[in-house]
Amino acid sequence: MNWINQLGAFTIFYIERMGRMGLFLVKAFLCAVTPPFKSSWVLKQVWFIGSQSTLVIFLTGAFSGMVLGLHGFYTLNRFGSVALLGPMVALSLIKELGPVLSALMVTGRAGSAITAEIGIMRTTEQIDAIELMGLNPFRYLIVPKLIAGIIALPLLTAIFNVVGIFGGYIIGGKLLGVGEGTYFGEMTAYVKIQDVLEGIYKSLSFGILITWVCCYKGYYAGYGAEGVSKATTQAVVLSSVLILFWDYIMTSLLF
Amino acid sequence: MIQLDNVYKSFNGVPVLRGISFQVQKGEILALIGGSGQGKSVILKHIVGLMKPDQGHVFIEGKDICHLKGKPLEEIRSRIGFLFQSNALFTSFTVYENVAFPLREKTHLPEEEIRKRVMDQLEQVGLSGAENKYPAELSGGMMKRTAFARALIQNPEIMLFDEPTTGLDPIIARTILDLIHSLHSRLGFTAIIVSHELSRIFQIAHRVAMIHEGILQTIGTPDEILKSKDPVVRQFIRGASEGPMTFY
Repeated sequence: MNWINQLGAFTIFYIERMGRMGLFLVKAFLCAVTPPFKSSWVLKQVWFIGSQSTLVIFLTGAFSGMVLGLHGFYTLNRFGSVALLGPMVALSLIKELGPVLSALMVTGRAGSAITAEIGIMRTTEQIDAIELMGLNPFRYLIVPKLIAGIIALPLLTAIFNVVGIFGGYIIGGKLLGVGEGTYFGEMTAYVKIQDVLEGIYKSLSFGILITWVCCYKGYYAGYGAEGVSKATTQAVVLSSVLILFWDYIMTSLLF
Repeated sequence: MIQLDNVYKSFNGVPVLRGISFQVQKGEILALIGGSGQGKSVILKHIVGLMKPDQGHVFIEGKDICHLKGKPLEEIRSRIGFLFQSNALFTSFTVYENVAFPLREKTHLPEEEIRKRVMDQLEQVGLSGAENKYPAELSGGMMKRTAFARALIQNPEIMLFDEPTTGLDPIIARTILDLIHSLHSRLGFTAIIVSHELSRIFQIAHRVAMIHEGILQTIGTPDEILKSKDPVVRQFIRGASEGPMTFY
């Protein structure tokens, strides 16, 4: 019977954790829609999560587009459909790779830093200090990051997509000979606004997901350097897995 | 003004506080002494509501802080200054920004008024000229003074000091305790000081309470404590390695 007890304790533990995580997000949204609003703190986070991630998004987008251009060209060439290279690259990026890869890159670059920053503030009692000033730490630490995630992720994804489409064109068009008119002309014919919206919805939800998970893990980080490092690892792993899981759910719902 | 009533607290089944009760009167300085890990800091965190007791109550001016939430809790907390053992300074802010933070966020004072009050406060704690430094550029004593200035900036009625001299050399440690004493004389706040700096703390405090194994071993005036016949108290204030207290 011991294993039944263990299973019960395990289940209760995880349900409790999930509940705490859910309440964390609800509290963050409630603080986000009620004054006082900390716009300068939000701007700083948009700069950190968004602007500071531009280079890594640019590079990832460029190489992803180039790989798609290369693979797409040789695959489509077998069926004599090279003219569809533009739509193939664009749709792959806009609907799927752009939002997902941008989210994964932001998780690695900014998400880990968010968890480490909040975790260190927790272990050095800075969060307690804010509370003891009679202030709500969510307004200063969580809400600005959440809003910045919602603003930055769609913009970064848009950069990723544009750079990726040009990366695909450099390989497919300039190197392998697909005409500029064919590449971009077919793209405008096949890519619908619904496809673009699908990508935007995904990147918006990923922005919430990354900041939610990373802030939560930092806020409840264990003590000392080990506690912060464990929280950071857990934040990156959990965010990455949830991005892929949520991507599947969104894709199946939006199709 | 502050009253602990039969407070019990355990962490993972290990009892830390076992029925602590005492009162602190307005304007009084109470020193909390006792070995490391005996629950002194835990008592301070109960007084500000950062921790909730498993059993018992903590009253601040008759209000049970354990049952307060939201605005009423924020209101009580803004009347309490807390000097953390780790200082808890915001590392990305300068000394000036750290001290100005509570005023900027809690009041609608114009920036000139905030600047005047912050500079006055920094002068009081002997930090004039250090306002543009970051915490990483400060010595231990300067960090402690910055944290002290920040804790005092809202003119709190109650000040809680969690080991304000830990990690400081004897001269700076004594300076910090002298500073607490002189500011108390000038501002008249109620204070609880957790400290191991016994010789100076016995001169400053009106009463001394010793916590041992989660219970209040004794409480009284410094004279009463120094004359105590309790073997645990005698061993602790003499710093003797032999006696009823065991050290790990």
